[in-house]
Amino acid sequence: MILFEWLLDPANWSGPYGAPTLIWQHVVYTLAALLLASAIAVPIGLYVGHTRRGEFVIAGAANVLRALPSLGLIVLLVILFAPVFASDLAFIVPSLVVLILLAVPPIMTGTYSGVANANRAAVDAARGMGFTPLQVLLRVEIPCALPLIFSGLRGATLQVISTATIAAYVSLGGLGRLIIDGRAQNDYSQMAAGAILVALLALVVDLLIEFVAFATVSRGLTRRGTNRFSTVRRLLKPNRS
Amino acid sequence: MNFDWLWRESDMIFDLFVRHLWLSAVPVAIGLALALPLGWLVHRSGVWRGPLLNLVGLLFTIPSLALFVLLPWFLGTQILDPINVVVALTIYVLALLVRTVSDGLGSVPRETLQAANAMGYRPLSRLLTVELPLAIPVIAGGLRVALVSNISIVSVAALVGTRQLGSLFTQGLQLQFLTPIIAGIVLSVALAAALDALVLFLSRKLTPWERRPA
Repeated sequence: MILFEWLLDPANWSGPYGAPTLIWQHVVYTLAALLLASAIAVPIGLYVGHTRRGEFVIAGAANVLRALPSLGLIVLLVILFAPVFASDLAFIVPSLVVLILLAVPPIMTGTYSGVANANRAAVDAARGMGFTPLQVLLRVEIPCALPLIFSGLRGATLQVISTATIAAYVSLGGLGRLIIDGRAQNDYSQMAAGAILVALLALVVDLLIEFVAFATVSRGLTRRGTNRFSTVRRLLKPNRS
Repeated sequence: MNFDWLWRESDMIFDLFVRHLWLSAVPVAIGLALALPLGWLVHRSGVWRGPLLNLVGLLFTIPSLALFVLLPWFLGTQILDPINVVVALTIYVLALLVRTVSDGLGSVPRETLQAANAMGYRPLSRLLTVELPLAIPVIAGGLRVALVSNISIVSVAALVGTRQLGSLFTQGLQLQFLTPIIAGIVLSVALAAALDALVLFLSRKLTPWERRPA
């Protein structure tokens, strides 16, 4: 079957152009973009959510960037940066800049709305107990904001994985290479291999983030294990020791 | 900016613009038509609502370029066929709007539903004349996100060879020429802003009872 031909050929699973290398490159670019984007977006989101200053910036940034065509942005920056950087940096830097630019708004919006919508009663109680503003932020608002921060991160991750594929057009490594090179060589099974692998990567990473979110979000928020049945279940369960 | 070039190529650019408009708007129309009944089904599905929405949401995780490549195999089309782009975007719109429609129907206040029942509305006419109109603001919100992100995603299809404004980007890179790239970005942002404003306008026209800040 042409869809899996490339994937089933063992020759394609080693070397500098093999699937593991390309997957690894894709993961590295994605992680780098997400880390740098979070370093920008999380502090801004926390600040705006905590102080409620500059809320319009958040909404504006999200809307404008959604409308910008990512392919156009990458190509534009590559041409602008080409004379500035030598070697591979000429396409790596512009690609990374665009990936970061796309990842910032969802993370920023998620962080902001998470903090801004943290349970008022919990925040007030923390203040009443004498928490300093920093303690309120770190020990009440951020834990309460985690579900929304994670959902922003999920959106950003999907966007970055998808756009990193596109950046193969300007020579960036990663799974997009298979699609772009396969198209140039009229090799559909190679294109399909790239598409299948990148779709799987996106799916696995998405599930991974969901799992991390599930594991780290406080049980007090999700009400997991605290519903009325759990007490009954606990009482009915024979003691195991 | 090389305005001579823009002037000389204006026919070609206009053609790309119209193609771009069609490729991004048609999937939204099809997606909305499919999402209304599906969103209603999900809304009525009780405990299955969460799992169903998660399942639909998974469609959204597939990167667009991957979808453009894989769909020809599933549909038996040529890779250059614009149908692939339309189907791919319809899938994204569906993934977004099924949730929105279900949320919108869920946002109708219980008292309103009870009042409609008491007035003798039958389930179908209650859905069509009470619930759906009240859900319009929420659905329009999802529609705006879908439209605007479609316009950005369509340009990616230039990488598999489907012609639209994205072709200006590939052309610009090949020629190392900024004018088509800037023209492409400006036109697609303008298109996004115009369609966004259109949906907002229609949604306000359709919901005259919504209170607006003066």
